Amino acid sequence: MIPGLGRALVLLALLVATGGALVGVAAALRPSGAGREWTRRLAYAFSALMVLANLLMVYALLARDFSVSYVAQVGSRQVPDWVAVVSLWSSLEGSILFWGAILGVFVATATWSLGERHPEYAPWATAVWLTCGAFFAFLLAGPAHPFATVAIPPPDGPGPNPLLQNHLLMIVHPPFLYLGFVGMTIPFGLASAALLAGRLGADFLRPLRTWLLVPWVFLTVAIVLGGWWAYEVLGWGGYWAWDPVENASFLPWLTATAALHSALLVERKGVLKGWTITLVQASFLLTILGTFMTRSGVFNSVHSFTQSAIGPTLLAFLATSLVFSVALLATRVDRLAGEATLLGARSRDGMFLLNNLLLALFTFTVLLGTVFPLVVEAVRGVQMSVGRPYFDRMAAPLGVALLLLMGVGPALPWGTATAGQLRKALLPPLAGALAFTALGLALGVRNGWTLVTLAFGGYTAQVTLRELWLPLRQRMSRRGEGLARAIVETQRQSRRRTGAYVVHAGVVLIVIAIAVSSTMGYDTEVRLRAGESADIGPYRLTFLGADQVREPHRTSLVARVEVARDGRPVAVLGPRMNHYDTQREPIGTPAVRTGFGHDLYLSILNLDPATQTLGLHALVNPMVGWIWIATFVMALGGVLALLPSRRRPAATVPAAAPGAAQPETP
Amino acid sequence: MSASSDVAPAARGRNRWFAVAALAVAGAAFAVITAGGIGENLVYYWGPTDLHAAGDKAVGATIRLGGQVGEGSVAVGEGVSSLEFDVVDGKSKVHVKASGMPPQMFRDGIGVVVEGTMTRDGHFEGRKLMVSHDNEYRAPGDGTVDVKALMRSLEEGAEGEAK
Repeated sequence: MIPGLGRALVLLALLVATGGALVGVAAALRPSGAGREWTRRLAYAFSALMVLANLLMVYALLARDFSVSYVAQVGSRQVPDWVAVVSLWSSLEGSILFWGAILGVFVATATWSLGERHPEYAPWATAVWLTCGAFFAFLLAGPAHPFATVAIPPPDGPGPNPLLQNHLLMIVHPPFLYLGFVGMTIPFGLASAALLAGRLGADFLRPLRTWLLVPWVFLTVAIVLGGWWAYEVLGWGGYWAWDPVENASFLPWLTATAALHSALLVERKGVLKGWTITLVQASFLLTILGTFMTRSGVFNSVHSFTQSAIGPTLLAFLATSLVFSVALLATRVDRLAGEATLLGARSRDGMFLLNNLLLALFTFTVLLGTVFPLVVEAVRGVQMSVGRPYFDRMAAPLGVALLLLMGVGPALPWGTATAGQLRKALLPPLAGALAFTALGLALGVRNGWTLVTLAFGGYTAQVTLRELWLPLRQRMSRRGEGLARAIVETQRQSRRRTGAYVVHAGVVLIVIAIAVSSTMGYDTEVRLRAGESADIGPYRLTFLGADQVREPHRTSLVARVEVARDGRPVAVLGPRMNHYDTQREPIGTPAVRTGFGHDLYLSILNLDPATQTLGLHALVNPMVGWIWIATFVMALGGVLALLPSRRRPAATVPAAAPGAAQPETP
Repeated sequence: MSASSDVAPAARGRNRWFAVAALAVAGAAFAVITAGGIGENLVYYWGPTDLHAAGDKAVGATIRLGGQVGEGSVAVGEGVSSLEFDVVDGKSKVHVKASGMPPQMFRDGIGVVVEGTMTRDGHFEGRKLMVSHDNEYRAPGDGTVDVKALMRSLEEGAEGEAK
């Protein structure tokens, strides 16, 4: 019953998306109100069908209906209900289904927010979105089919991958990642529509920027949540390994970040239109490439991906999208000419250009390191990967250069600066650079890259805080407003500018935290019998003993480790080995004591309850907690830039007193 | 980066050529650095047979050696610093010396991937040891190990489904 209903919903969604795309194209070619109306209706219908199909699957997972193939594959009677729900995105077919729901919600929201306002290119945009929708509905109808009927339902299923059951972060990380990945479809559709309609004036930028920023915020959070999950679950003590899966999420983030900045140059100067559109399209293509890389098994073997359910289909979609994007850009190249020439290097314009250049190089570097092994295997049949040192070595200089640019760019005026202006703008932040470096030296930082990061970070921090503070001070002194009111009013008047600098502040923090945590940590491996102690840094670790803990779906071996600092006991940590009933091998879960300056991270190497012997890996990871805080700041900045709602009429913004408000120049 | 609008056309043209040349040089330098960086940091995925076939190429290179722990070959030393075992794939074997403690599930016959390098005196120096968590993986009946299937199961266990 459920399999049949699910198949019907998926097929209907495929039909509606295909129909909607065709109607959209027709409405764009022969403009008519009715055509646009029908395009929108079909977009809403696609969204509703996809959401319904997902609700149906969630119901089947909760009901443990093993006649549904996907439930038979990942469901289990022994897992708690929250794990059953999370199973929706724990394996291939379910995650494509979930992708469909998110795409539906995005398409419906974007269609609704465009409304009747851009009749020339809105139907094109909806047609592009629904074409993507049709593709994913096709995947669900054929290659990645979650609603197949199981003729003889098994009495119970294996449950999802235990690594996913092991931490609550797995509830939030995948949805954020999908919101970031799938959301890139919307700016892709808008940019393609602008090209298709040949409307490349200023009006296409506003929705494009907004709809680029939305997935950007989700993607930012998702990338860090993924790192956080790895840190809390995998037990090797780090949060980022330049693994293909991680790179797949980082690549579109880099291009989207570049596009958010180049869009500003389009807006202010009318230049870099083609480049900005290229970046938007690249962001979308990289999300599809990322999905292909992580979902087709191509990294296990280049030759085996053709046997995966969706590998060839995804590759064909990627190729088609790429050809479509390039062809579209090529045929519209005449409309993409800049309306002005760029000014010289001694201006904010030049810094934006440099920023885009560095981000493009960064993307190229990471992409090359990720894809290179695939090319080598395809050509020479040798299996290999590119080691982490390559990525670290390339990322460090690019990262610190971008960090410095974030300070120099905003300090410079738009247009060419005189030597005097340059001195006045660029010299004072050296104080911040000096202060951060001195603080680092005092706290024992000796690594060259980390010191450079601190210096550049201090420089940029001073510029960023100054840019955030200046409009507040102006309001307070000229209008006599209190600080709180000045903050609210400034935010309301220049939400994008404020948001952007808050994001920058978060970036400064996260880059410093990454540099410090990856160069200043230390670790030790020890073997302890019950009652024995070992020292690491300021801590003395005493193994009290191991206990067995029984939970409904798993049995855990917990090592009780007393942590003493300066002779005083401060905590008892419990790193554990979890043995899931549905799985053969146990999985370790580290215990982390998060602190202001550093984390103490304990991970079990091996634990023998019979002899009460513990093999323990202990790490001191400085500043890791700040990475999570910095991400919150970045997300907050993104949300500030998106608020208040775009639908609020512009008239509610009070007219600025002469010279009181800064223009919106993030 | 084109020239400022207030310079003479000739100077502007010259500046543009300078900019193009500078970009070309920077691009070439970047390409060289990238290629070098990749070349120095390759990690090879080999089984014992591939490792022997590679000969001297394996000495000093970073290798992920995959296979099964040979039956009865595990020797755990005192303390935390010595662990020796053989990695086998049914056709040949490689002797591994690793430092650090074996992970919880480490035992005879289990699938492992050891990252490290080959030494001149013929043993493999392990730096990192990973044990297969995968429940699907079974050694094929004829005693040979599908090294690639093992690597696959390991990587998936570690992060494949994390997306």
